[in-house]
Amino acid sequence: MSTIDPMDIFRAEAAELLEQIEQGLLDLEHQLDDRAQIDSVFRGLHTLKGSGAMFGFDALAAFTHHCETAFDRVRKGLTPATTDLVMAVLAARDHMRALVDDPNGDHAAVGAELLRKLQDAVAGGSGQPAAAAPIAEAPKSFAVDETVPPATAGKDDGSELHRWNIRFSLPRDTMVNGTNPLALLDEMRDLGEADVRVDLSRVPPLDAIKPTELYLSWIVTLTTDRPRADIEDVFIFVMDEMTLELEDLGPVGATETIPVAAPAEIAAAAATPIAVPVAVEPIHNAASAADKTSPAAGAAATDAKAHRKAESVRVPAERLDELMDRVGELVIAQSRLTQIAGSSLDTQLRTVSEEMERLCSELRTTMMVLRMVPVGTLFERFRRLVHDLQRDTGKTIELVTAGETTEMDKTVIERLADPLVHLVRNAADHGLESPEGRRAAAKSEIGRVTLSARQVGGEVIVTVADDGRGIDRDKIRAKAEASGLIPTGAALSEQEILQLILQPGFSTAATVTNLSGRGVGMDVVKKTVESLRGTIDISTRLGEGTTIALRIPLTLAIIDGLLVRVGKGRYVIPLPAVEECLELSLEEDLRSRGRSFLSLRGSLVPFIRLREIFSTGTKPDPYQKIVVVSTGEERVGLVVDQIIGDHQTVIKSMSKLHDDVATFSGATILGDGGVALILDVANLVAAGREQEAQLRATA
Amino acid sequence: MMNLATELSTPPWRDDGELEALTFDIAGETFALEAAIVREILDLLPETAVPGARAFVGAVVNFRGKVIPLADIRLAFGMPSAEATIDSRIVVVEVEIEGTPTLVGLRTDKVTEVLTLRKSDSEPPPRVGMRWPTELIECLIKCGTSVIIFPDLRAIFAANGRKTSSEADIIRHPKS
Repeated sequence: MSTIDPMDIFRAEAAELLEQIEQGLLDLEHQLDDRAQIDSVFRGLHTLKGSGAMFGFDALAAFTHHCETAFDRVRKGLTPATTDLVMAVLAARDHMRALVDDPNGDHAAVGAELLRKLQDAVAGGSGQPAAAAPIAEAPKSFAVDETVPPATAGKDDGSELHRWNIRFSLPRDTMVNGTNPLALLDEMRDLGEADVRVDLSRVPPLDAIKPTELYLSWIVTLTTDRPRADIEDVFIFVMDEMTLELEDLGPVGATETIPVAAPAEIAAAAATPIAVPVAVEPIHNAASAADKTSPAAGAAATDAKAHRKAESVRVPAERLDELMDRVGELVIAQSRLTQIAGSSLDTQLRTVSEEMERLCSELRTTMMVLRMVPVGTLFERFRRLVHDLQRDTGKTIELVTAGETTEMDKTVIERLADPLVHLVRNAADHGLESPEGRRAAAKSEIGRVTLSARQVGGEVIVTVADDGRGIDRDKIRAKAEASGLIPTGAALSEQEILQLILQPGFSTAATVTNLSGRGVGMDVVKKTVESLRGTIDISTRLGEGTTIALRIPLTLAIIDGLLVRVGKGRYVIPLPAVEECLELSLEEDLRSRGRSFLSLRGSLVPFIRLREIFSTGTKPDPYQKIVVVSTGEERVGLVVDQIIGDHQTVIKSMSKLHDDVATFSGATILGDGGVALILDVANLVAAGREQEAQLRATA
Repeated sequence: MMNLATELSTPPWRDDGELEALTFDIAGETFALEAAIVREILDLLPETAVPGARAFVGAVVNFRGKVIPLADIRLAFGMPSAEATIDSRIVVVEVEIEGTPTLVGLRTDKVTEVLTLRKSDSEPPPRVGMRWPTELIECLIKCGTSVIIFPDLRAIFAANGRKTSSEADIIRHPKS
């Protein structure tokens, strides 16, 4: 294994944190008083600052510090969370991204501007509710205050001294993450008079102790005038993993009881560790009770639950691909075994072979599932895009997503990201009308963009729909005729007209905006979808909206194919393209010598003798077969020597050395270890069309 | 001219001016390739012809579950193809083609041995007196009484894309 660059680890961590911050902010935007999200954002910012400083990203740490301070105020209730503040921090988040990507770049000016906006947001927020509070005071304190003393925040709750019984234990691997339990104790001492006892019950025998693990837990009796929230704050960064029990023993009337009781307890704990387990027992039992009594602990528990749900193992994609290759090899070896076993009379061998076959097919199914990830991971990114689009277009846009749990091959999802960005942008910029336009059309002012995914058979249909103005077919036709894309007055179906918008350089937008209108995007969409062997359906209703559906095959790696033989070579025809198979009768064969046309239920279908284009140099089989393939409208017959049958085809790409061979889209390995080439139907149909045109011309 | 040989950067001589190389025979000549790029030496495999492909990469084989092209140096050098013998082997090498590392099988008549070649024994191919296109040969290496040919795989896989060898010649030898 190669060594891992700590910088890469930090970048990966930072990316995750930034993601967490962004999602938190976007959620917060909808519900400004959501405590859980405020805490989540604060924690994200704090951790980012900390690790940034640790890895030498000083600019990042310094900048993040200001955002953290702002959120700390929000968290403490000193500043209300406002939309402005969320927007400011969201913009700041992007700047942090830049600071992570390019720590040495010159970002000072941008950073200063963002901080000014942030200060305005904080000032605006805290200035309004307290009419009497001088507006200028807030930003000053914000800029100067590194940590607002929590005491000031809590004072209002009553400065009465309370005694708290705090029991906490941390997971064993805590110290791996750099958490120092002693620092937590110190922080508690800062809150008031703390009397700390240690629980040794979890300490294993000496030979089982690992010096890097934490076996201790603590019981603290704290006397403080601070509220419960301040005590919980001490644990805010470890709350998800820890067990914390916080018990209010009530106000302290006579302070002298504490110093008396405490030393005795300490002595007891130190002298008789055996006795401690008894005392500690309730900690575990009380964990569930703590959930009920303390809202914060409850939140932490649900938080932890959410973490567990998303628990996953990160595996580099190459390793998955490698595994996939191995499984492919195994399947091939296994089918050879099946062949050998089939021709043997040894029943034991046959039994083993059958079992292997079952296991292999299960393994293959599992392998396929491994690569599948829910489409929701892709959809999440669009929340931010739509958020920005609102700002850029001045339209109010609501993003609705559906079918997030639909699963697709990871590589497919990655490749769909760009096309979907184009489509969502188009929908927001071209599709949706301006708020005035929408009012005039008696629609809700809020434009809606729907992003959905669903699985239908072997395909996943990803749809981007808007409820905007729809596409004007006449406009497209006029534009296409004007630019010479289609001849004037050409007879085109509605779908054909709509498909014109996918042509490179085609745009009906009168003006090119920052967002779209250059006529480049849709071309990218088309290319990507085609490279994924998918198709694009467009449907639109004037005044009601447009729906663009990308139909993508479930996986790139395996297709159903029809295995045929031409001469000595075996070839795979993708099964979805196959319409029918028939025999080329002798008289048809002879009659068609001159023209290579087949009369199929009244329509003429050109056919191609694969033996001739592949120049096999062998004698044709006495009974030639025709496989009729199609791509939508066009059909062409392929004359083959023999149809072998269905074949589950694991697609292997061909090397660059065979880039010039357009007839084949790839290759696959057959059960006997041989290689079969996969026919590229689109190219063959094009070849057939050319042939047809030539024949028409000569006829 | 020695200067030119270093400039072409392959074969990648080590700092001490030596190189581990695999030698093999094609059409009675000894060829060598740096051992580092050789992945495997295989017995002949069932081949699948690729109709429409260039003749010197006219087939593919199944190499451990991967479909790799099979190249014939004879055809690249304009010699007639030959029947396989009992000594015929496929040498699988990894080369970079248009920026993508690619596994390619090379048909050889016989694989001989792994040798240590010295840079001081190498010479650029003579402009005349060669029966093969010089632009496809990296250098010649004297080894005892015989001469080992070090083919330029990159040029072979690139030059055969466009068949004008004269053009390739100009590009390969700007100084001569």
